[in-house]
Amino acid sequence: MALADIRQRPGLILGAAIALHVALISLQVTTQSGVTVFHAVVFGSVAEAQRGASGATGSLRSLWDGYLDLRRVRAENETLRGEIGGLRIQLQQERVTAERAEALRRLLEFRERTPLPTTGAEVIGSGASPEFRTVTIDKGTSHGLAANLAVVAPAGVVGRITLPSARASLVQLLVDRNAAAGALIERSRVQGIVVGVGDGGLRMDFVAATGDVVAGDIVVTSGIDGLYPKGFTIGTVERVERGDGLYHVITVRPAVDVSRLEEVLVVLTPPAAEAQP
Amino acid sequence: MRTLGVLAALAVALIIQTSLPAAAPVDLVLVVVVASALASGPLTGLVAGTLGGLIQDALSTGILGMGGLAKTVVGFAAGRFATQFIVTATIPRLLVFAAATTAHAALFMGLYSLLGLRSFPDPVTSVATQAVANAVIGVVGVRMVDAFPGMVERRRANRGMRVKR
Repeated sequence: MALADIRQRPGLILGAAIALHVALISLQVTTQSGVTVFHAVVFGSVAEAQRGASGATGSLRSLWDGYLDLRRVRAENETLRGEIGGLRIQLQQERVTAERAEALRRLLEFRERTPLPTTGAEVIGSGASPEFRTVTIDKGTSHGLAANLAVVAPAGVVGRITLPSARASLVQLLVDRNAAAGALIERSRVQGIVVGVGDGGLRMDFVAATGDVVAGDIVVTSGIDGLYPKGFTIGTVERVERGDGLYHVITVRPAVDVSRLEEVLVVLTPPAAEAQP
Repeated sequence: MRTLGVLAALAVALIIQTSLPAAAPVDLVLVVVVASALASGPLTGLVAGTLGGLIQDALSTGILGMGGLAKTVVGFAAGRFATQFIVTATIPRLLVFAAATTAHAALFMGLYSLLGLRSFPDPVTSVATQAVANAVIGVVGVRMVDAFPGMVERRRANRGMRVKR
């Protein structure tokens, strides 16, 4: 059957016969270099195959080297990432230290500016209940602290000591809903009382509707409450609304960001004592 | 049967060829190859050319395969030609034998010249002479082969008549 198929294709047989003869001739005929054509052709073919194999091997080797390099680079990358992570943490620590130093510097400057005797304290904890806005400082009665001493920061009033212990004190922040301070508008000297509203903001009460108050006015302590020394910044008037009665409804934005409080100054002399002759 | 006939013809041609003087301007193997191709087609021509050429090459001092290649191509071409055209008449046969001889010579000499193995100082005369000789021998030989079965038959018939008398 196959033979019959081949017989139907005499051209194929002719091609095969010619190829056979050419191969036969090639085995005998020598080229100018002295080797037979067959050897030259076979060698050339083998050499090309070798070239191809060598190219393929080279490509594979290159691929493998690339893979190894990639692995090495990956390992190196992981090491570098680790180092970068460590350096980032270190940088962050350095930044924290720098910020701390800057805060302490500001506190020191503030302390030098303040004519009252003060002592520095570090905030070591915040309030245990969200209903009460308090912080704990690392100084107490053994450091000369007592109840109702004013606590201030370079930015302004923080609050007062409500519960001193030997080595720590609880400070009621001015933004607590039970806190209050005598205040006045720095520009117009209009007086009132600043109270905490519990959500981190302040409200200034008892300011007559005729009082000269505008948004942006600075609110400072008036000193009439017997707790806070006069002239410390409380905050900035944020909004002034016309109330139902005789008073303005004034919203005050606190000067001190209590959530970022770290170091504070405790005024050692209460205003009442200061006021005494 | 046909293959056997071709092989026998090749053998006879080779025997005669090797018995002839070296300078005889005739290639009897080529004549057999072309005659086989004309009678049986390109495949037979191809096989006959391959076998005859290779044997000729083997018996000569040339490169084995040169004559084989030339005769293979010529045998195939002659057979192919015969399948396309009617070449039973004398003149066409003469022309086919002559053309096949020329083509064979061209291939054979061309290959040798191409490979720089031999030079042929005056190829035209020798090729032309061989073409004429091959054509004449081929046509006569084919006629004889064609007539051979009839002759045998007639002789048998005549012998039978004599026996009856």
